[in-house]
Amino acid sequence: MSALTELFAAPGLDSTRFATHLSQRSYLPDWWLETKKAAWNQFCALPMPSRTDETWRFSSLSTLDLAGFELPEDASQHIPNLSDFPHAAEIIFSNRQLVARSTVPADLVAKGVIFAPLDDAIVQHGELIKKYFQKLPANLGSEKFVALNTAFSASGALLFVPKGVEITEPFVVQHTLSGANKATFPHTIVILEDNAKATLVEFFVSADKGRHLASGVNDLHAGPGAQLIYVGAQNWSADTLAFQTNSIVAERDAKVLSLNVHLGGRQARHESHSRLLGPGAHSEMLALTVATGDHEFDQRTLQTHVAPNTTSNLLYKNALLDKATTIFSGLIIVEPDAQKTDAYQKNRNLLLSDEAEAHSLPGLEIQANDVRCSHGSTSSRIEPEQEFYLQARGINPEAAKQMLVFAFFEEVLNKLENEALHASLSTLIESKFKK
Amino acid sequence: MADIDTLPSTDEAPAEVNPVGGIDQAVGDFQYNVNYEFDAGTGLSEDTVRYISSVKKEAPWILEFRLKALKTFLDKPMPTHWATKDLENIDFSKIRYYLSQGQKPKRTWDEVPDDIKKTFERLGIPEQERKFLAGVEAQFDSEAAYSNIKDIVAKQGVIFCNSTEALREHPEIFKKFFGKVIPTGDNKFSALNSAVFSGGSFIYVPPGVKVAQPLQAYFRINAENFGQFERTLIIADEGAEVVYMEGCTAPKFSTSTLHSAVVELVALKGAKIQYITVQNWANNVFNLVTKRGVAHEDAEIKWIDCNIGSRLTMKYPGVVLKGKRARGEVISIALANDGQHQDTGAKMIHAADDTTSVVVSKSISVGQGRATYRGQVHIPKHLKGCKNNTECDALLINTNSRTDTYPAITVRGDTHSVQHEASVSKVNEEQIFYMQQRGLTEAQAMSLAVNGFVNDLVRQFPMEYSVELKRLIDLEMEGSVG
Repeated sequence: MSALTELFAAPGLDSTRFATHLSQRSYLPDWWLETKKAAWNQFCALPMPSRTDETWRFSSLSTLDLAGFELPEDASQHIPNLSDFPHAAEIIFSNRQLVARSTVPADLVAKGVIFAPLDDAIVQHGELIKKYFQKLPANLGSEKFVALNTAFSASGALLFVPKGVEITEPFVVQHTLSGANKATFPHTIVILEDNAKATLVEFFVSADKGRHLASGVNDLHAGPGAQLIYVGAQNWSADTLAFQTNSIVAERDAKVLSLNVHLGGRQARHESHSRLLGPGAHSEMLALTVATGDHEFDQRTLQTHVAPNTTSNLLYKNALLDKATTIFSGLIIVEPDAQKTDAYQKNRNLLLSDEAEAHSLPGLEIQANDVRCSHGSTSSRIEPEQEFYLQARGINPEAAKQMLVFAFFEEVLNKLENEALHASLSTLIESKFKK
Repeated sequence: MADIDTLPSTDEAPAEVNPVGGIDQAVGDFQYNVNYEFDAGTGLSEDTVRYISSVKKEAPWILEFRLKALKTFLDKPMPTHWATKDLENIDFSKIRYYLSQGQKPKRTWDEVPDDIKKTFERLGIPEQERKFLAGVEAQFDSEAAYSNIKDIVAKQGVIFCNSTEALREHPEIFKKFFGKVIPTGDNKFSALNSAVFSGGSFIYVPPGVKVAQPLQAYFRINAENFGQFERTLIIADEGAEVVYMEGCTAPKFSTSTLHSAVVELVALKGAKIQYITVQNWANNVFNLVTKRGVAHEDAEIKWIDCNIGSRLTMKYPGVVLKGKRARGEVISIALANDGQHQDTGAKMIHAADDTTSVVVSKSISVGQGRATYRGQVHIPKHLKGCKNNTECDALLINTNSRTDTYPAITVRGDTHSVQHEASVSKVNEEQIFYMQQRGLTEAQAMSLAVNGFVNDLVRQFPMEYSVELKRLIDLEMEGSVG
């Protein structure tokens, strides 16, 4: 535990605080409390990332300072309304506390759909959680922060859609954080059984300009033939240290689309691992980032093709302004049995400032021969001709630039095929350009 | 496969066979020294380094340079966090770091493994060259035969000699550029080379001189070029142009297991250097080479690199684009067969405005071979108008073949344009079917398809190399089908 004392020299997330966190949850089943204890021990045992970690290449390590963060006591009064699109049901957390929850439509409940806050789900649907909770271990570098998440997770949700149930309107989970030095550890689990269809939209936002720590984890599981759309949009304060780790499992003929929108945070790291387990499985991995100020956005991805005849497609687009930095490090792994894999990976960086910096490490590890795998990376500016064309039509230079950035993002947002959600996310992205 | 342990000990009496057998001694006027007295023994210590330096009668500064490099080598850890674990199998204590001329000719033709002999046969390499490439003998006659090339270039003021000679005769130029492009501590193996280097070429091309014919190390090689730690330094002065070629398509049969060269290129303002390597090492060799060039204003450096054979090759030729409008290019082909790992790539470090770089890499993995592309493109802050284009294509032949691509691209600023594209595929089945319809066997069709895959790059090689490369690909593809 001594390493820990060093990490949290100031009162914060130390072992005393962890003990309190556990005792406040004594109503939860033992297996869950044991899981948390194991995670806490793992967090204490794991070293902080170091310069020689290939998974942290180009990342700033000196600013990964966890000291002084604490769990918030009270919910904030200010809850922004982000779900301005038709949705099936909504769960809202403010400072780790459940503050609002809309009822799940009766017909869905009748069909066996579960949409519940994490702690409730652990009590009521323990077996289900046990079966799917972190079945795909984090392996892209943030193991330590994932362990911290499990130790302290309280907010989060379970979405379970039974066999054959198709729901068009999205479910929404919102996490809001406020107050200085506050931390949150959301964990959301989505389970779609055979041929089920559902969408989950998750928002992560700061309600004030406080220094925040957020470490979120998602387990997304699409059973055979299921179709899952997951959207995670974060707009943390400009002083937030944020980690998010998503695991996606796609079974036979399942289709998963995940879109992550990154707008906030001083240093935000996002890891996403798709594992294609059955033939016909497809994973569409999308991300949009608007990086401003001197902030760093670090994105690490892995597309693992385990079974033959699987497909994956990744498209990560970054717009960089000011002195911002982005890092994209992606890898496609084709395991020896995964013949007939068709995998693609593309990172496109739009540099809008002379001081912005984009790092790109697109990777391939191919161990089967009958495959089609490719990747591409581009880093460039807006074409001056395009800007000129818009200006020649009376659009001012700033507006023209913004239009071109939005045009750059449209390719990704169009893949959602949901106009209302598309418009809502566009508005959120636009807010980032209004200083 | 022979390894270092089977190298004949120096105490042994010379074998019965004529060490210069197979050479028509009437050709060329040469003397053959049969006293092989210099041997630094196995293992590496300060004594080894002092020994090498004293044998070469070097100036004190170079000994100091070597000793400092030895310390760096010993202090530096192996690159383990990203590199292949196979590196750990190198036993530095079992390696001979210096053998003077004549050691290798003691080997007989019978000791050359059959598969290597077969490659020579199939490539149609003349017997004389075969023996040289197998290390059975030194090719002194070629030295004579081709020395006229050396004379011609000397008339233009070009200095073309080995690095030991350069150290002795042109210390003022040598010292100015030596170790400046690749500092000793660049990596563990560049440090090792700096400590024990021996042989390699030194070329200086005076301002404005355009060397008409490619300078070939192979044909002017002397015993020292057998060195597994050669050091090459090429300087093209302002507006000069030179093409340098090394290697051969036939396997270089070596009883050593480690080859660790350092090659430094300096292209001053408006100069052009093209460096062509075609290497086909025996399957027991760890080929760990550091190659880099510095291109000044309006200068151009082009690496053409073909890697075949070896157990593990780690080689990432690079260009530091130091002057405005400098241009760098790496064209590379790698072929990895069973038991081989070709870990190759390119580094492009942009350090001035309006610099451009191009990387084209093609690899073929056959059987259980593994080909890796590792690249770095770096455009730091405050530069304007830099461009890079990288293309990597990998071809996988068998179900258990493997390929990896790990580029790292850093771009800072809004006036640059960088793109990287890589693809992995297998040979198009329809192509194979089409060719079989026209009477080719599957193996022939496969060879043709693979040759087609690399054809646009092979065309950039000199004619005699491109012909042999095609034959070599045919040979490597044999038995790989099915």
